[in-house]
Order: sequence, then structure tokens, then C-alpha cells
Amino acid sequence: MFDALDPVLLARAQFAFTVAFHFIFPALSIGLASYLAVLNGLWLWTRDRSYLALFQFWIRIFALVFAMGVVSGITMSYQFGTNWSVFSDRAGPVIGPLMAYEVLTAFFLEAGFLGIMLFGRERVGDRLHMLACAMVAVGTALSATWILAVNSWMQTPAGYEVAANGQFLPRDWLAIIFNPSFPYRLAHTLTAAYLTTAFMVGGVAAWHLLRGHGHSAPVRRMFSMALWMAAIVAPLQVFIGDLHGLNTLEHQPVKVMAMEGHYRSYPDGAPLILLGLLDSAAGEVRYALEIPKLSSLILKHDLDAPLAGLDTVPPQEQPPVGVVFWAFRIMVGLGLAMAGLGLWSLWARYRGRLYEDRWLQRAAVALGPSGLVAVIAGWVTTEVGRQPWTVYGELTTAASVSPIAAPAVATSLLIFAVVYFLVFGAGIFYVLRLMVQGPDAVGGPPTAGPLRTAGTVPAVQFQETASTGAASWT
Amino acid sequence: MDLTIAWAGLLVLAVFIYVVLDGFDLGIGMLFAVFPERRDRDLLMNSVAPVWDGNETWLILGGGGLFAAFPMAYGIYMTALYTPIIAMLLALVFRGVAFEYRWRTERWRRWWDRAFILGSAVAALAQGIALGAVLQGVAVDGRSYGGGWWDWLTPFTLLTGVAVAVGYLLLGACWLVLKTEGEVHDRARRIAVVTGGITVAMIGAVSLATPFLEAAYWARWFTLPTAAVAAPVPILVAVLSTWLYRSLTQDGHDLAPFLLTLGLFALCFVGLCISLWPYIIPTSVTLWEAAAPPSSQWFMLVGALVMLPLILGYTGYAYWVFRGKLDPDEGYH
Ligand code: HDD
Ligand code: HEM
Ligand code: HEM
Repeated sequence: MFDALDPVLLARAQFAFTVAFHFIFPALSIGLASYLAVLNGLWLWTRDRSYLALFQFWIRIFALVFAMGVVSGITMSYQFGTNWSVFSDRAGPVIGPLMAYEVLTAFFLEAGFLGIMLFGRERVGDRLHMLACAMVAVGTALSATWILAVNSWMQTPAGYEVAANGQFLPRDWLAIIFNPSFPYRLAHTLTAAYLTTAFMVGGVAAWHLLRGHGHSAPVRRMFSMALWMAAIVAPLQVFIGDLHGLNTLEHQPVKVMAMEGHYRSYPDGAPLILLGLLDSAAGEVRYALEIPKLSSLILKHDLDAPLAGLDTVPPQEQPPVGVVFWAFRIMVGLGLAMAGLGLWSLWARYRGRLYEDRWLQRAAVALGPSGLVAVIAGWVTTEVGRQPWTVYGELTTAASVSPIAAPAVATSLLIFAVVYFLVFGAGIFYVLRLMVQGPDAVGGPPTAGPLRTAGTVPAVQFQETASTGAASWT
Repeated sequence: MDLTIAWAGLLVLAVFIYVVLDGFDLGIGMLFAVFPERRDRDLLMNSVAPVWDGNETWLILGGGGLFAAFPMAYGIYMTALYTPIIAMLLALVFRGVAFEYRWRTERWRRWWDRAFILGSAVAALAQGIALGAVLQGVAVDGRSYGGGWWDWLTPFTLLTGVAVAVGYLLLGACWLVLKTEGEVHDRARRIAVVTGGITVAMIGAVSLATPFLEAAYWARWFTLPTAAVAAPVPILVAVLSTWLYRSLTQDGHDLAPFLLTLGLFALCFVGLCISLWPYIIPTSVTLWEAAAPPSSQWFMLVGALVMLPLILGYTGYAYWVFRGKLDPDEGYH
């Protein structure tokens, strides 16, 4: 039955599935690594025990998330070859070195200092431990930087020439790395990771507040920290996203047509279509809820600026409009909701009701996972919107695929799906369970279960447990 | 100095470091099967918990380096070895998460223990099978893979699969000899003696079978002048294995068995390189035919030369921080 399927479609599905799963974890570990470094710094600076309690709490979640990120990431680095061998051969000279730099500068840094960050506080002392936390945080941000340089080059290629054998040859490495969409994509994605984490932290805190743990200093502290992030960073993200979109309009206008649902050209001012039923066959949006001329205002800063539509693009060069249109709306909707929550929290703070406003807390719980959803939606917009190209304008997706028969890809896709849901489902369950326990349970009485630190630093670990336990229980 | 040779050398080094480092922690994973006690298992896992992620990073460097320096070979091998590679990746998923999961649940701990054992075993087997498949050569068609889906599965690749798995068991046992005391230590020593014997036998079997795969290998090993370069390798293997046996049985040294096993692995690598040279895909694609253009290789070489010493430095530091014997009796109150 698998023979009927298209190997290109299957390879895309497999890649998209595994990378989307992978990205869930880095989105949290980039943010959590920095959050942990900040918490640890604040603890060392102020010696306020609630920071230490928060550090101990989140580091367990971080360890789980990081492990899932690592194993799903290793899969990714081999998927380029297994699924896109032609692409790998052709684009390897350009993107291979960037990924090698990612390994050399980022992955080793994270991995090298992770052990010390997780288990080594008592062995190396506070200062070196702080250094290890900082290095892990830097490492996660660096790995995002390199992989985004790779992805951005595929979106807006620059600094290369094409050889007779079809390979892309690097000509100017600076132009390759700092390709036109890279700065925007980097800023938008890193900010997205911090926001995702902030909303996760805020959601957990709000949940504990709602459960009546409002007296707990660590819970209050993390709620407040998270909402400061929401208030400052969410509006910033909307702004960066707008810039990112303008950049896309310049370099990948077809993607923007799909995002906006502009099937036809508008010679004198395009409307902003908020919602509607897409009909790709007829090439129109039915029952459109639209604001006249607003799209031209946003994209061109001029109410009457003409905007070209998909009717100017040959059909074989159009991306699937529906997916891009809706994914984009999910992301933007969530982004606006996040910024809204940020404003609301400022109001509540001003009124002195931050820890009492039940509705604010309920909203924070509801938006807890919103970052993850927005991030996936954003990537779907980006990746599907660039179809049918892998290297924009140069190499099509259909020409990139490995010469692997559909049944082989279908089988592995099926196995990946089962394994990922099983394994990462269990992991997410453990993460949720830790979250429910809350910062006051962790580091509590030794009955809370063996810390993983146990075996490596046995004697010390006991003291550590005992002392933080004493801290949060007295 | 030829850039392509430099990159081939760096890749061999990365893969070697990967094999010995992740080798011992995959070995620990398989050894879980013969240490059913909860306390022993905690100890085994903790002996590698702070370093396993770093160890696995060398695998990414191996794959990433191949991608960057020899993209054509990367594309061909990943297609040719599709099944064993995917199996390895999935196995690494299971064993990687087990490091965290088994501490997070009482009810499911036994299952994550099994995932750890099986994941480690399948990853080791798949790596050995991939090695065998490389040695026996893959069919190439233009710049792509030209063979069938089951080409990688032959008696020879199964032999190399088992050989690598047993070698990893030996590395794991030697690591335990180094890191533990008491009963676990003694048992590890006995396991090391047995797996050491089998490893050496396997090295012999693979070495005997290899020359029959390709005429080129035969010529390399059995005709002058290359035979003169190759001859010391088997002799050194014999010397090191005797020495290993003595250090394991005549008590005393805890570090020596581990180092000697590293030596054995290094010799196997030298032997491999002698066979493969100058091909990256024997005997159809040479290193130069698969190489990325010089501008890519230069760009990366600068990074590698700056970063690798730093990486070795802080990796060494991380090992040093967690040096010494683990204490099994404390920490589980
Ligand atoms: C917390 C996550 C998050 C939030 C709240 C937003 N985004 Fe976003 N967005 C991403 C996370 C993200 C992302 C996952 O990080 C993407 C995918 C690829 C990329 O560069 O960033 C992305 C892509 C992306 C793109 C596609 C660019 C391209 O493919 O060339 C555009 C135009 C925007 N975003 C615009 C916005 C706007 C106008 C937002 C505010 C209302 C917004 N995003 C909120
Ligand atoms: C982490 C977030 C990412 C997500 C969620 C994501 C999602 C996707 C999706 C949905 C597709 C399939 C497109 C389609 O079927 O129409 C795809 C394809 C692809 N993506 Fe990504 N992607 C991500 C990041 C990356 C990065 C960082 C790279 C490169 C470094 C990359 C490289 C590719 C390649 C090579 C393909 C296959 C060719 C194609 O269908 O365009 N992706 N991705
Ligand atoms: C197809 C593209 C991708 C590949 C091949 C890839 C590869 C990898 C690998 C091999 C690891 C494990 C590293 C280790 O052992 O420590 C990893 C982890 C990581 N990746 Fe990716 N990745 C991809 C997409 C992304 C994207 C889009 C981002 C961020 C924007 C990202 C950010 C990270 C981060 C921060 C980590 C370390 C933290 C963690 O493990 O959760 N990756 N990735």
C-alpha cells in the first residue's frame, strides 16, 4: 500500500515531523538555560534562598528537556543525508561547514559544561559552577545561531556560485552567514525561545498560585519574573516579527502572498484578510473578513501601494496556500495574545493585585504552552511558504530527495512517529509531573526521591539536599 | 600539505574518539543486563551520567564533518546505510532519554532500564554493521547510491556488528574496573577478561575475512611494499592483548586495562585506514573525488584547528572534575 505514496512527500513529512519535534525542546532549553544562569547569578549575588529553590526546581526540568533535545537533534543531523542525499551533496560545501562550526563551537560547549552544571556545584565551587551555567546558556544560543544561518541561507541564498557538477560553491563566507534573512530570523527565533520559556514558567507559577500556594516565595517570584518578560518581550517580538515579514516581502514575496491569502493582485491598496475560507482551486478567499488597504499599509507603509498576488506566479512555483495562511494566523494570534497578557499584568501590578487576580492567573495557565504552538506554527509558515524550493530559487525540493523507495521511507516515518510519541510523550509526562510538584517540593525532604546527582557526588549530595531542604522547610 | 588528507585525518580522529568514548558508555548500557541489582545499576549509570552527552557529540562531529568535508560520500553512505543508521538513531533516542527517565519514575523504571540495555546494544550493533558495510563497499551510480536496500546485510557485516558490540562491552567493563570498587569492580574485571578474549578473537576473524572482500585489500596486506607497513599491526595487537590479559588477571592496575583497550581500538583503526586508503568509498570513490571544494575545507580547518584544542581542554577538565572512584554506599538515604 505504501507504494502508492510519493517518496518526496514522505521524505518531507518525515523531516518536518522530526524537526518540529526537535524544535520543541531547544525552544525550551535555550530559554531555560539562560533563565537558570540568571537564577544562579541572583542566588549567588543576593543569597536569597528562593532563587536557589527555583534553580533546583527548573534544573531538573531542564535536564529532561535537554536530553530530549539532544537525542532528537542527533537524528536531525543524519536526516539530511538519509532523506536529502542529493541536496546534501549539492549544498554540502556551503551548509556543511556551518553545521560543523555549530558542533565545534556550540554542541561541545554545552555538552562539556552540562555535567558540571547539573552535578558539579559542590565539586568545583560556586564560581566555576556559575561559569558552567553561563557556558551552557551561551552554547544553546550559539547553536541556534549557526543552524539559523544554515536555514536562512536556504531561504535567501547568497555568496555562492554553482559549479558544473551542480554543487553550490562558497565564494564569500561572510555573505553566506550574514545572508539577507539571517539577522531577522535569528532575532525572531531567539526571542521566541525566551518567550516560550517565560510563558511556560509563568503558566507553572500561575497554576500553583491558583492551587493556593500563593504564600510561597519562589512561586511568587517566578510568576513576577515571567510576567515582566511577557510585558517587555512579547511586544518586542511583535515588532521583530513585523520587520521579519517586511524582509520576507523583499526576498520571498510569494511566501508573503500565501501568508496574506492574496490570490489576486491589488493595483491600488491590498486589504488585510483576517479570516476566511480559502479556495485555492478558484483562487479566492470566500467569506473574507477583511480590512481594506491595511495590508498595503503594513507591508508598504502606504494605503494605496499596489501589491502583486499569486496570479502573477506560475502555479508550479506556488506554495500550498492554506497551510501557510493558517499557520501564520495561529502564530500572530498567539503573539498578540501574549502581548495582551503582558499589558494586563502591568495593569494588575500597578493595582497591586498581581498575586490575587484569578483571571490573570487562569489566562497565564492557558497561555503556558502558547509559545510552543506559536513556534511550530511559525516554522510551518516559513518552511511550507518557501516550497517548492529547498534552496530558494535554485534547487527544488523534488530534486533534493534521496533515491530511496517509498516503502522504506514510509516504514521509517511510521516507526519515527510511534517512537517519538511514546518516548517524548513519556518525557513530557515526567516534565509535567515535576511542574506539578512545584519548587517547594524539590530539595525538600530526602524522600522526594534520589537526585540524579546522587552517585557522582554521594556525600556532598546528601548535604546539599539536606541544606536546601532545611531552607525551604523552615 | 593536502587539505583533503588533513580532513580525512581529522575525521578518522573524530570517529576514533567517538568510538572509544561512546564505546565505553554504550558498553555500560549493555552491561546493565548483567547487573540486575538496583544499586549497582544506579552506580553504573552515574559513572557515565556527567559525560555521556559530550561523548555522543563526537558522533555529530563525525557525521557533520563527513557532510562538510566529503558531502558526496555523506549523501551516498546515508542512503546506502539507511536502515542501520535509522536503527542506530532510534536506539540512541531510547538510551539517551533513559539517563533521565529512570530517575523520574518508580513504576516504569524497569522499562527504561530495558530501553537503556536494548538501545545501547542496537546502537552498537548498527555501528558495527555500518562499519562492515563500508569495508565491503557500496554500489555507486554517478554521484548517488546505486545498490539495493539490503546490500548492507551480509554475514560479514553481521560479524563486524557483533565484533564492535563485544569491543564496546570490553571498554565498558574496563571503565568499571577504573571507576568502581568492591564487588562491582571484581565482577567487571571478570567480565573484562571474557569479553577481552572474545574481542581479540573477533579482531582476528574480521582481519582474516577482510582481505577476501576486495582484491585491493589483499594486495595491500600481502604484497610488498605495503605489507611491510602493515605487518607490525597484527604483531602489536598480539602484544597488547597479552598485556591486557595480564593486567586484568594479575591484580593491581585499574587504569591499565582501559588504556590497553584503547590501544587495541587504535590498532584496529590503523588497520582499517591501511585497507581503505585512498578510498572513501572502496573501491569506487577516492577521497579527492568526494571532497568539498578547498574554500569549504579551508574555512572549516581554521575553525577545527582553533576549536579542537579548546574542546579537548574543557572535555578533559570535565572528566577530571568527576575523576576517582564512585562510592556506592553513600548517597541513597
Ligand atoms: C513565540 C513564538 C513566536 C511569536 C509569538 C511570533 N513568532 Fe513569528 N515566527 C516564530 C515564532 C514566533 C519562529 C518559530 O521563530 C519563526 C519561524 C522561522 C523564523 O524565522 O521564526 C517565525 C516566523 C515568522 C515569519 C516568517 C518569516 C519567513 O519565513 O521569512 C513572519 C513573517 C513572522 N514570524 C511574523 C510574526 C509576527 C508579525 C508576529 C506577531 C504578532 C509573530 N511572528 C509572533
Ligand atoms: C525547527 C524548526 C523547523 C520546522 C518546524 C521545520 C519544518 C519543516 C517543514 C514543515 C517542512 C516541510 C515543508 C513541506 O512539506 O512543504 C520542512 C522541510 C525542510 N526543512 Fe525545515 N523546519 C525547521 C527548521 C529547519 C532548519 C533549521 C533547517 C535547515 C537547517 C530545515 C531544513 C529543511 C529541509 C532541508 C526541508 C526539506 C525540503 C523542504 O520540504 O523544504 N528546517 N521543514
Ligand atoms: C534540521 C536542523 C537541525 C539539526 C540538524 C539539529 C541538530 C542538533 C543536534 C545534533 C543536537 C544535539 C546537540 C548535543 O548533543 O548537545 C541539537 C540540539 C540543539 N539544537 Fe538542534 N538541530 C536542528 C534544528 C535546530 C533549530 C532550528 C534550533 C534553534 C533555533 C536548534 C537549536 C538547538 C539547541 C539550542 C540545541 C541544544 C539544546 C537541546 O539539546 O535542547 N536546532 N540540535
